[in-house]
Amino acid sequence: MPDSEPQSVAQVRQGLGEVGYLADEAAALVSFLAQRLGKPVLVEGPAGVGKTELAKALSRATGRRLVRLQCYEGLDEAKALYEWNYRKQLLRIQAEASGEAEAAEGSWERTRGDIFSEDFLFTRPLLEAISADDPVVLLIDEIDKTDQEFEAMLLEVLSDFQISIPELGVIEARTRPIVVLTSNNSRELTEALKRRCLYLWLDYPSVERELEIVRLHAPELDEGLARRLVEIVHMIRQLDLKKPPSIAESIDWARTLLLIGADDIDRETFESSMSILVKHRSDIDLVAERVSVKLGDAADVHDRG
Amino acid sequence: MSTTAASLLAFFEDLRSEGVAVGTSEILDAFAALDEVSWTDQRDFRESLAATIAKSQEDRRIFELLFDRHFFRAAETEALDRGIEDERFEGSGDRIDLDELREAIRRAIIEGNDGEMRDLARLAMTAFGRRGERSGVIGVDVQRIRRALGLQARGRRDDGDAEALDPDRVRQFERYLRRELERATIERTGKLPPSRPLAELDRTLPTSPAQDLTAVHRAVAQLKRRIATLGHEQRGRRRGRSVDVRRTMRASLETGGVPLNLRYRPKRPRRPEIYVLCDVSTSVSSASVFFLSVLHALHDSFRKLRSFVFIERISEVTDIFEHERDFRAIAQRISSEGGVADVSGYTDYGRVWLEFLTEISDELDPRSTVIVLGDARTNGREPHAEVFAQVAARAGRLFWLNPEPRLYWNYGDSVMAAYERYCDGAFECWTTRHLENFVNVVAGGIPAAE
Repeated sequence: MPDSEPQSVAQVRQGLGEVGYLADEAAALVSFLAQRLGKPVLVEGPAGVGKTELAKALSRATGRRLVRLQCYEGLDEAKALYEWNYRKQLLRIQAEASGEAEAAEGSWERTRGDIFSEDFLFTRPLLEAISADDPVVLLIDEIDKTDQEFEAMLLEVLSDFQISIPELGVIEARTRPIVVLTSNNSRELTEALKRRCLYLWLDYPSVERELEIVRLHAPELDEGLARRLVEIVHMIRQLDLKKPPSIAESIDWARTLLLIGADDIDRETFESSMSILVKHRSDIDLVAERVSVKLGDAADVHDRG
Repeated sequence: MSTTAASLLAFFEDLRSEGVAVGTSEILDAFAALDEVSWTDQRDFRESLAATIAKSQEDRRIFELLFDRHFFRAAETEALDRGIEDERFEGSGDRIDLDELREAIRRAIIEGNDGEMRDLARLAMTAFGRRGERSGVIGVDVQRIRRALGLQARGRRDDGDAEALDPDRVRQFERYLRRELERATIERTGKLPPSRPLAELDRTLPTSPAQDLTAVHRAVAQLKRRIATLGHEQRGRRRGRSVDVRRTMRASLETGGVPLNLRYRPKRPRRPEIYVLCDVSTSVSSASVFFLSVLHALHDSFRKLRSFVFIERISEVTDIFEHERDFRAIAQRISSEGGVADVSGYTDYGRVWLEFLTEISDELDPRSTVIVLGDARTNGREPHAEVFAQVAARAGRLFWLNPEPRLYWNYGDSVMAAYERYCDGAFECWTTRHLENFVNVVAGGIPAAE
């Protein structure tokens, strides 16, 4: 797909749909605005609702390369922005020293100029996204895992799309990247960061939309069965679990049902494949107790059918 | 354009007065965004504003509340300015047949016809207004009219043979009614009712435990992260780090024996050991639901956590929290199995400290944190502050969360002052905001402004 600015929200939505991401109104609108206004998008929501997937889909739909920065505690600029390649610099100095020992005059000036050039720079994701020749989608994943200091460092990148390297000067973006930040809301982000972003809250989809998603990713699954599957997943999400099942897990479950060739979800099928949805000891107990009793035994199903 | 802009700016001003941080840059963004979407589509308009203005779920909630109120009010103000009065139904009130109206409304609700419901709400309001059944309080009037129409939100109508009405739609109809009544009041008095700030309760702690549980869980998850990463934060600091000579020498092999990369000894974060004591007596009964949900969330986050509830005696409830997930079941088991009330059912702090100290004193060490949730009302009994001091001395840190405003501390039988001086911190705490504030302070941050 050619990379040009989208003309309407519907167009963005369709584009995302074509690459396998069914966006709701808000998500499509915010993606549209992000491209038109050139502003970063902050996506928040519970785990497993497709925050990261949105960025990937945007990259596919716009034909841009995806540059991903996975955040974690203790992430610092050497890992996110750039780092000088000390070893290469050292080698360079040693090579110089042995080669032209006699021409010591003025050689230091030259060496210094040499070793602080882009050849000796490790580019990390942020610098890579900024300095890329082709337009990219920059995904900063789980920004809430980092420290506040790191957020402050991001501000320059996000508002001006530039990075200052003391030895080299300012590197400005050649093309404007689409920036997507995701957060699981495990801590409140700073006002300064939020101020620079568009905000999108993604929540678990409605039954109808999740059904569409499951059908898109597991088209061979019988429609009635898919609906029942989604309804059960929704039932599980109602419970107070440590980790409610994500959309990806519903899809995995749908594929599992296909593999084992189930034609209805009875208690036995459910209990044997439940571990795909629920992944905590105490959650499994709870789900077994609350949900699987509601599903009939195999015998009942035959009676019903 | 300029009137729309002015109206939007007034809306932003409203948002600010409700505590949403709307900066100039947000406003510029909002206008830029509105340039890109069509203004006539209400959903796009609303979403664009929300994406640029409301930067958290909480903000979004306030935004939704205010959006309706503001743009409804904006339309009303304009109507007033131009002196428009709606004449459509004037004079027809006496002739409206009540039974017919009742039937028409019921049908509209069953069909879910929005426009019809809106019109009929107005008709109903006029009809009942004529019969002098206005109390002047809108909420009362809504219920009165609803009852007169025989709209049962649940179950069947009085005569029994009609179909049950969808409660959601009945509520929708009530909303229209409310709106019409507001409109009528505005018409009558010729001015807008004072726009009151959203009641504080409206957006702080929802009273039902199921709702605030998620909010409490989030605050506690933050607490966990802060405590768990206390060590990590110091990792980046240069001072106080010690060089690991062995690993540095080893790393220097790569660079020809020149130790270019210094390796440091990692700092191990200390493992938090937490003791929580929670008052569940009647004087804090309104707060104890909140406290129990805090406990519930703490248990989700910390492994080395022991919790106790107390009234006259103290009792450990760690097991209950570990085996039960459902909040309501926990609350029930604690009240039935806790065994914390003796005869009177009044809190006896002095005795609680004594029991706590004998039971647990060997295990308290400088690494442990004790958190007390209670109002420090001793009912005139001996507070035994000296025993409390011993607890404080043994534990590394001791915090007190009090469900009463600071203003009430030390009035009546509250002996907060006696305990407070042994605490590392005492906080008022009855909303999640307070809880977050506490988390900030514990993690060494600056307390959030109230």
